[in-house]
This record gives sequence, C-alpha cells and structure tokens, in this order.
Amino acid sequence: MNEKMADSLTLDMICAASDDVVAREIEGELILVPLAAGIGDLEDELYTLNDTGKEIWGRLDGVRSLRQIATELANEYGAPTAEIQRDVTGLVGELVRRKMVVVH
Amino acid sequence: MPEPTYVVKLKQDQIPRRAALLGQVDIELTERCNNACIHCLINQPDSDANVRAREMDTTFVKDILRQAADLGCLTIRFTGGEPLLRDDFVELYLFARRLGMYVLLFTNARRMTPELAQLFARIPLGRAIEVTVYGMHPESYDAAVASCGAFADFWRGVELLRAHNVPFIVKQSILPSNRPEMAEFEAFAATLPHMEQMPGYAMNFELRGRRDNPAKNRFIQTLRLSPAETVSMLNRNPHYVKEMREFAGKFMGPTGDKLFNCSAGRIACIDAYGNAQMCMGLRHPAMVYDLHKGVGSVPNACPDGGDLKDLPLRYALTEFFPRLRELQATDPDYLKRCARCFLKGLCEQCPARSWQEYGTLDTPVEYLCEVAHAQARDLGLLGADEHAWEIEREESRERVARFVKEEG
Repeated sequence: MNEKMADSLTLDMICAASDDVVAREIEGELILVPLAAGIGDLEDELYTLNDTGKEIWGRLDGVRSLRQIATELANEYGAPTAEIQRDVTGLVGELVRRKMVVVH
Repeated sequence: MPEPTYVVKLKQDQIPRRAALLGQVDIELTERCNNACIHCLINQPDSDANVRAREMDTTFVKDILRQAADLGCLTIRFTGGEPLLRDDFVELYLFARRLGMYVLLFTNARRMTPELAQLFARIPLGRAIEVTVYGMHPESYDAAVASCGAFADFWRGVELLRAHNVPFIVKQSILPSNRPEMAEFEAFAATLPHMEQMPGYAMNFELRGRRDNPAKNRFIQTLRLSPAETVSMLNRNPHYVKEMREFAGKFMGPTGDKLFNCSAGRIACIDAYGNAQMCMGLRHPAMVYDLHKGVGSVPNACPDGGDLKDLPLRYALTEFFPRLRELQATDPDYLKRCARCFLKGLCEQCPARSWQEYGTLDTPVEYLCEVAHAQARDLGLLGADEHAWEIEREESRERVARFVKEEG
C-alpha cells in the first residue's frame, strides 16, 4: 500500500507528517523517532534528514501541495524549480514508503 | 547516477551529544512494590497510603519528562519499586513516547495485563523490558519475594509479553531459594529471542539507600555472596577473563582523592518524591536536589540572568551535580587505601555504597574491598597476601599491562 502510494506520488498531492512518528530537533539536527510498530526497520532506530529534507519536512503541513512547497523553496533559495521538485518528491516518496508521512 | 538518500538511519550513539545533555533519565516512579523481596534496598508496601501520597503526581512527572526531552534525552528508564503499580503508568508511558523518547522499563511483570502487552506491541518501548526473575518455581520465587502467589502472576506476565512479541530480557538476584535453579534459569533465558548474552546477576546486594531499616540491612548482608563465591559466579561466564582484559586496559589505576570516580551526576536519577540524585543509590540528603524547589531558592543559581529559572533538571545537571563532583575525600582510611588502590574497575566502592553502609561518603566498604581483592587474585593481578593499595604505581601499571596482553 505504502509502496504503491509512494510510486504514484505527484506534485499536486498534499502530505503531512504521520502521527506515528515524532520529530525532534537536537542540536539543530532533525531526529525522527518512530512511535508505532512498523515504522522504520527496527524498534530502536532513529532517522535524520539532510538539510534539504529538513526544510521540506517543516512544510509538510497537510495544507500545501508538494508543488507549492517546491516553489516556495525554489524562490527562497534561488534554486532551479525542477531540481527542488525532484528533491521534494524523492524525499516524500521515501517517507511515505517508511510510513512517516501520509498523503491526504 | 545513484538516487540521493534523503532519510538516514541513526543509532542512539550517533546523535549529536554536545547540546544533548542527557542520554538517559532514570525515574523511580514509586518505592512501593507488590513484592517484598528479602534483599531489597528500596521497597515499601504496595498499599502504603502515606508513601503513595508523597509520590510525584502525574503533572510533575510529565514536567520532568518535558524537561528531559528539552535536554535532548532519548531514553527514560521507569523503575521502582514496581512502576506498574502506578495508576497513571500508561499515561506517563505514552507521554514519554510522544515526546520522542524511548522507554526502558524495569519490572517484575506481575502487573502485566493483556491490554498493556498489546499497547507495548502497538507502540513499542524501543528498549527491551528488563524483568527480574526471583525463582523458576512457586516455592523459590514466592520465598524470595515474600509474597504468596507471586510466581503465578510473574509467569502470566512473561507469557503475555511472549504472546505479544514484546521484547524483554531477564536477570536474577541470586538468593538462597533460587540458587539451585541457576541452570534452569539460564536455560529459560536462552529461549528468549532478545537475550543476546548471559543474564545479569545481582549478588553483592546494596543496603537500603534510605538507611531506614537497620535490621533489614543486617539481613541483606547475610544474603550477599562471599568474595570467593562471587569469583566463582563471575567465572561462570565463559567470556569473563577476556572481558576483564579489555576492561582492565581502560579502567584500572588509582582513583586519587576525588570523591567521585564514576559517572554519577552525568545522567539524572529522579526518586519517587521528585529529588534529582547523582545516581540511584546516593540518597544522602546533602547530595540530592529537590526539583519541586525550582532554582529560585538557590543563591547565585542563575548569575547570567536566570535562564535556568524554570528548568530545575537542567540546573541539577549543569550547576548542582558538577559542584558535588569536585568534592574531595577526607577519610584518612580512604586516602590511605582507596585513593591509592589500582583496582578501580573491579571495586564497587563509591559514595553511594559508603552512604548505604556507614552513613558517610568516603568510608572504605570492607565487603567490597574483599570482593575486589578476591577478583584481582583470581585474575593474577595480586598475590595471596598483597593489598592493592600497597603496590607501587609503576609496578601496578606493569601488572595491568601484562594482564591485558596475556593470551587465553
């Protein structure tokens, strides 16, 4: 189910962090702590995102579409929109696959 | 071109530690217990209303959990007494997990229910539960915990954990009633999927940290294994000598006259009444910080403008404990023996054990000294009549170096 959803992700979709994961910031680093069983591979595993991922994660609010998020980031950082869109769908796809993000 | 990796897995020790003051906070949720173990250093009767009334309330524990999370804490240890006696256990557990902390639970498993086991399966603790086993049969178990029917409850609890695939490991306190069952216990432990090594044993029992029951303390002393029995127990582990060689290379050498030569105060331990302690065993009134007070009542607590005002746990860790860690030992016997002894690492001498035994912080604990010397003689670090504190520094270094390099 999550694999299928991740593979069919489009920029018009709206996503949000899953309630089954807790995001914490420790010394500027975003740490994702699985809360429910089945999130992540092992029970005591933690996850972190790179700087791009952190920027995207903070905007997954269940309101903005992935396209809107990519446009905002492209404008903010003066980066090519296509490149940012690739990053957004790449990251969100991985997070959906890991059940850390849900598609609305 | 390879796909970029956006999500990186981490183990807990890979988390940045500079700002994360705390790897773990130990919280003793209650001193009450449904067991009345004959060797216990803390237990109070489970139905004691006075004790219960003094315990931290739910709001207070949640506030501590929040402070711990703000300090970067990743693991909360809930212990006791029996933590599952608290009516708000589930609420506190979920609160800690939703703050993004894992929970290490120390329990006797007697209060495990199908609902709780299901909860742990659905929202995992992230750490294997540690269950203490006091016997493998009703007769031995119930005798050790002085509670009729306790074994049946314990076994039911363990079966629930197994049925719901909740990770747990077992450990044992070696007592007269269960000592003949060690092989059976170890065979049972070997069937548990999360037991990665031999079970841990408690055998050199601590006395009661509240110093509240001299008669019980005297009895606990009779339950301790002798130094020779301790050595024999340690040698049951086939990796013992190899582990000691690795350990000795890092941790042997005279401690000097500093009082604290351990990690006390680097993590926080909170007792059932809201006092922050440097370790779970050290309950000397001058060495604990009452988290109810905040830091407002401490002179010069916040010289830089008071940013610790509402963060008593941070204050305890960054101001109160570090000052205590600078204390020097003054007991002449300690300075003559312990301060010059190279068996640090083998010996459990510390301010907490001194407090429990003598009500002081730096009196040499004879029993621990004898156990450490017996171990050292067994490992070939000391001759039969030698005292470790009499060995010259250079000679002790050479002995440790030789031991570390030896084969087998």
